[in-house]
Amino acid sequence: MGGAGFQVGYAGAEMFVFLAACAVLLGDLFLPAERRGAVLHWGAIGACVLTAGIAWTGFGGGGFDGEPAIALNGFFVSSPFTALMKTAVMLSVGGSLLFSRRYLEGAGMLCGEYYALALTSSLGMLVMVSAAHLLPLYIGLELMSLSLYALIALDRDNLRASESAIKYFVLGALASGLFLYGASIIYGATGELGIAEIAARIISGGGEARAALGLGLVFMLAGVAFKIGAAPFHMWLPDVYQGAPAPVTLFIAAAPKIAAMVMMLRVLVEALGVLESDWRPMLIILAVASLAVGNITAIVQTNIKRMLAYSAIAHSGFIVLGVLAGDDAGVAAAVFYVIAYALMTVGGFGAVALLAGEGKERAELSDIKGLAANNGVAAAVLMVLMFSMAGIPPVVGFAAKLSVLQAVLAAGLPWLAVVAVLLSVVGAFYYLRVVKLMYFDLPEKGAVALPVLPRGAQASLAAVGALVLLLGIFPGKLLAACETAARLL
Amino acid sequence: MVEYGEEKKLRGTVPSFALIVFYAFSAVLLCAALGVILVRNTVHAALLLVLAFVASAGVWMLLFAEFLAIVLVLVYVGAVMVLFLFVLMMLDANLESLRSGRGRFLSAAVALLVAAQIAAALNRDSFLQLPRFEAPAEAAGDNTRLLGSVVYTEYAYPFELAAVLLLVAMVAAVALSLRRRKDVKYTDPAVQMRASPAGRVRLVDMPSEKPPQTATVETNKTTEKRKGEKQ
Repeated sequence: MGGAGFQVGYAGAEMFVFLAACAVLLGDLFLPAERRGAVLHWGAIGACVLTAGIAWTGFGGGGFDGEPAIALNGFFVSSPFTALMKTAVMLSVGGSLLFSRRYLEGAGMLCGEYYALALTSSLGMLVMVSAAHLLPLYIGLELMSLSLYALIALDRDNLRASESAIKYFVLGALASGLFLYGASIIYGATGELGIAEIAARIISGGGEARAALGLGLVFMLAGVAFKIGAAPFHMWLPDVYQGAPAPVTLFIAAAPKIAAMVMMLRVLVEALGVLESDWRPMLIILAVASLAVGNITAIVQTNIKRMLAYSAIAHSGFIVLGVLAGDDAGVAAAVFYVIAYALMTVGGFGAVALLAGEGKERAELSDIKGLAANNGVAAAVLMVLMFSMAGIPPVVGFAAKLSVLQAVLAAGLPWLAVVAVLLSVVGAFYYLRVVKLMYFDLPEKGAVALPVLPRGAQASLAAVGALVLLLGIFPGKLLAACETAARLL
Repeated sequence: MVEYGEEKKLRGTVPSFALIVFYAFSAVLLCAALGVILVRNTVHAALLLVLAFVASAGVWMLLFAEFLAIVLVLVYVGAVMVLFLFVLMMLDANLESLRSGRGRFLSAAVALLVAAQIAAALNRDSFLQLPRFEAPAEAAGDNTRLLGSVVYTEYAYPFELAAVLLLVAMVAAVALSLRRRKDVKYTDPAVQMRASPAGRVRLVDMPSEKPPQTATVETNKTTEKRKGEKQ
């Protein structure tokens, strides 16, 4: 620490999103009832987009084109990497909110607290992204998680949601405990909490306290793996995704993954990069287990939310693959993958949240039979998203999987790439089954057809689908940005 | 930092008073912490947690962190745990059913496995390899002053973040526990004050249609319904 000044301007995005959360809380009290929903909804989305803009341009310092800098007394790092990740976080939060209004209105959850907690959760993610020290990293993690627990439980009459909130809370607290325990051991072994300082200390220490460092690494990794949802720390994920109200599932599934991936990079690649030979085998186990559990278990699911939850586990396996390559190419691939994943998830769970109806949960696979007949746009977008999640060209999921596999090959692990490809092929089955159900099956007899989506919802879904296609055909710009970011963590 | 060889020389020496106190507090801490998860009565568990806090306050005192030690006792033991005990006593939660699940032996096995691995990784030698750090207060003299001088300056960012965290906890607690019940006859004083006879009673002039055989009394009162409530 020391040396770095306070330079509060670098934290512009964080300050803005916090002020927006306060404004939402206060606005909720004073707005007239008939306009409250619309104002809160569009206000919160506008705040997300503005925050993304601030993060990208670096209003007050930093930004994607700015020089990497350490600010706020060494607790805060600003670099192209943080700018890119913050922009991705805020845009996926905005996208998540965009698709949630229909459901929230129906369920009577459209209140100021929902949007305020969503914004404080994204504040936690921004803090995690910019953490140059384990202290803000942990506080950011708690800020994110605490808001998420409350968001799940917000609909108190929904028993399933309450149950999944308790599950998420208890296991999340356990994971935080594991992470803190690991951090305390690392602190004991190095005497430092700053991420760069820990790395420097391990190098200068030259192998001292190796056993303690390894132990701390294991516990921190367990905590991080829980947050990213990698097997064997994935137990909470299907239950929580299925039990939470659809828009909250959408929220949990997208942006927090980005923050968790940044946390993984900061802890493993940056702080404990010297111990790469220790954490690489662990990450290989995590990645293979996630790919296997996610892709194989998803086949037997009958609920779309649960199926997408297992698909999320498989995707986190791919993200871990990128991280375990460890070099710039691997980090760039992981960054690209997590951005593509967030985009696909916003679209996928967004469509589920919209189709679930106003406050209802119509999320069984049998419900989408013959969807193409009455909801052409939604079916087309879901088809593009399923192709993307399966990794079929020319959509963005293919480009993301390809860049991760290239990084794994470059790291000298060809067998791992083969395993990943084989398990992805298994996964393609259940993604394509969704397409088959929508296009080639007739609705079951006596089944109530899913509601036809309003035009606005169709347009926003179509925009996500178009973006997935566009980024798949022209991934160059985003890939280049990810490479720049990976060079300048 | 004490060299490894130097440490070997120290092994045979008589333990200092501080070391004895440290081991005493640590033993109490470990036993109390084990008790928290092992005793069947939840109130006993909470009281054992209080004991664990007091013992760790003692360990902090040995590290010259007297401010943190006192705050731990005052805030956690004095306020948080007392409130927690109130809640436990009011809820009368029965955790017995939770504990007799079938995962019990599996979790015990996993816990033992993890403990064995930690023990294997951290033997005596790897402890002695750990670098030594002087408690900063030992050099500076006054831990409280030291803490006060950095917490609002150098550590302002994490400190403010912690404040936001508390705000979120408060918002979440209110959002989760405050609810308007639909089945109570709640009256809004403002609506009551605005009531006028014209809005309450509607007099309807009806021509009689048939000579009534059984006397029916028409009441034309319209009850005021709560409107403009939060949906």
